[in-house]
Amino acid sequence: MTTLVVFIEHTGGSARRSSLEALGAAQAAGATCIAVLTGPGADGVAGNIPAAKAVILTGGEAYSPDQVAAGVAEVVRAQGAGGFLAAASSLGRDLAPRVAAHLDATLFSDCTAITTEGDELRVTRSWLAGKVIATLTPTGEFFCATTRLNVFPAAEGSCTEVGEHPLGGEARVRVTAIEAAGEAKLDVAEAPVVVAGGRGLGSPEGFQIVEALADAFGNAAVGASRAVVDAGWRPHSEQVGQTGKVVSPQLYIAIGISGAIQHLAGMRTSGTIVAINKDPDAPIFKVADYGLVADAFEVVPQLTEAVRAIKSQS
Amino acid sequence: MQIIACVKRVPTTDAAVSVTPDGKGLVTDGLPYMISFYDEIALEQAVQTKEALGGEVTVLSLGPASGSKEIRECLAKGGDKAVVLTDDEWMTRDARATAKALVAEIEAQGADVVFMGKVATDRDNASVGPMVATYLGWACVTDVVALELGEGGGTAKVETEAGLETLEFSLPAVITTGKGLNEPRYAGLKGIMAAKKKPLEEKTPELEANQAMVASLAPPPPRKEGRLVSDVNELIDALRNEAQVL
Repeated sequence: MTTLVVFIEHTGGSARRSSLEALGAAQAAGATCIAVLTGPGADGVAGNIPAAKAVILTGGEAYSPDQVAAGVAEVVRAQGAGGFLAAASSLGRDLAPRVAAHLDATLFSDCTAITTEGDELRVTRSWLAGKVIATLTPTGEFFCATTRLNVFPAAEGSCTEVGEHPLGGEARVRVTAIEAAGEAKLDVAEAPVVVAGGRGLGSPEGFQIVEALADAFGNAAVGASRAVVDAGWRPHSEQVGQTGKVVSPQLYIAIGISGAIQHLAGMRTSGTIVAINKDPDAPIFKVADYGLVADAFEVVPQLTEAVRAIKSQS
Repeated sequence: MQIIACVKRVPTTDAAVSVTPDGKGLVTDGLPYMISFYDEIALEQAVQTKEALGGEVTVLSLGPASGSKEIRECLAKGGDKAVVLTDDEWMTRDARATAKALVAEIEAQGADVVFMGKVATDRDNASVGPMVATYLGWACVTDVVALELGEGGGTAKVETEAGLETLEFSLPAVITTGKGLNEPRYAGLKGIMAAKKKPLEEKTPELEANQAMVASLAPPPPRKEGRLVSDVNELIDALRNEAQVL
């Protein structure tokens, strides 16, 4: 496998970091990369993508996953590529299985490692939200995968060759409106720092200390345990765990979270884990690098002040 | 309206799962099972769609013949009939082969709308729904948290990194369901009694070979031993100087 087509999402005139991570994963596995992108502003982004070549999908309707998936698969075949990669973002998770089906290939979703062993590819991904780590050998004609966010180093560089490919076919799904998620809110799966709260916070209002700490970091998202999402304290978009999101931030701070097995599965690959809990026997301490047995309402504001002070110096 | 709800039997979310000594399979003896969390939402949406628009709900599953207890429960919750495509290797069947087996049955049954969970909580592929739709040439909306269906099409809301998106789509369609779309009902006694008389058919599907081979399975690598800190100052110091994340 020598060439992989990588789908690049872009926003505000530059490629999304998660897409550059997918490129980085392909390059680290020794593949030559062809970037594919689409939508308004793609022309301005294409030259700044660290790939051998960029192909802009042109002429389609406002983003339609049907048209784009067919277009990406056509590019894979036209370029003689061995497969296709995308980030396991919302868009990537929706798009990639369609591309794979167009290529009559299976999909390796949310991969955490892509390596080669001799001539063979090896893909690592989690089953059961991380209770089992599976290493798999792809055996199909095309290799299609999505990469877990925050796991692979982002590719750097630029590209000199930019081409085009026309989109066609039926648009069966159209985006008609987007309600923005508020002021540049970071998604819990994307954020480099996650501050997560659980039932130990006592009430929805208890999350104010979690939000304040996330705010002090500046690059943090708020996460939540299943218990508090089910109780309606927090939106499902923040849920970490087997029926929420699987996250791998550089720093994960669990506040008032006991650490049910399905929660641990969703965050145990985080870089550094901090647990703050009153109960010294809470299972969360078993996966924590640093544990603080304390009343969250006492220590979290202190932590927030300290983080704010450090961030204001840097 | 012909409605199909695709469901998968998976280990329960609170089950501890271990790997067989040869590192190639999962220990399944005594493993407790459930219908995948998001598939329960799919089934509920199928039943609510029938209640609103009329029609029939077929529960469709690729799974073991011994999984019929979970499938009966789906009939108790409002499914009218069930088809189980029997596959004892269902948990390791790859997304493509699973999708193609479902596609053949969906084509044989005929449907206006197919619901399934956005992801099965065992293999975490989140792929079968869009694959089924692509093979069928149907519309597909994924991870739907709000839905309106009408003649020939519908409107769905999905949560993305960009915010809450509104999508319009045509029918027939595959709709994968996210948390928050509805509150799945419990089976009542009346439903349980009625389910015993509802048709549950087992069929042997034609299965294509997997495009993935298991090289090895392993429990997650143990994290290095952590330690307790006594106060916030010690924690800050550790995060700055040891972990270097602050």
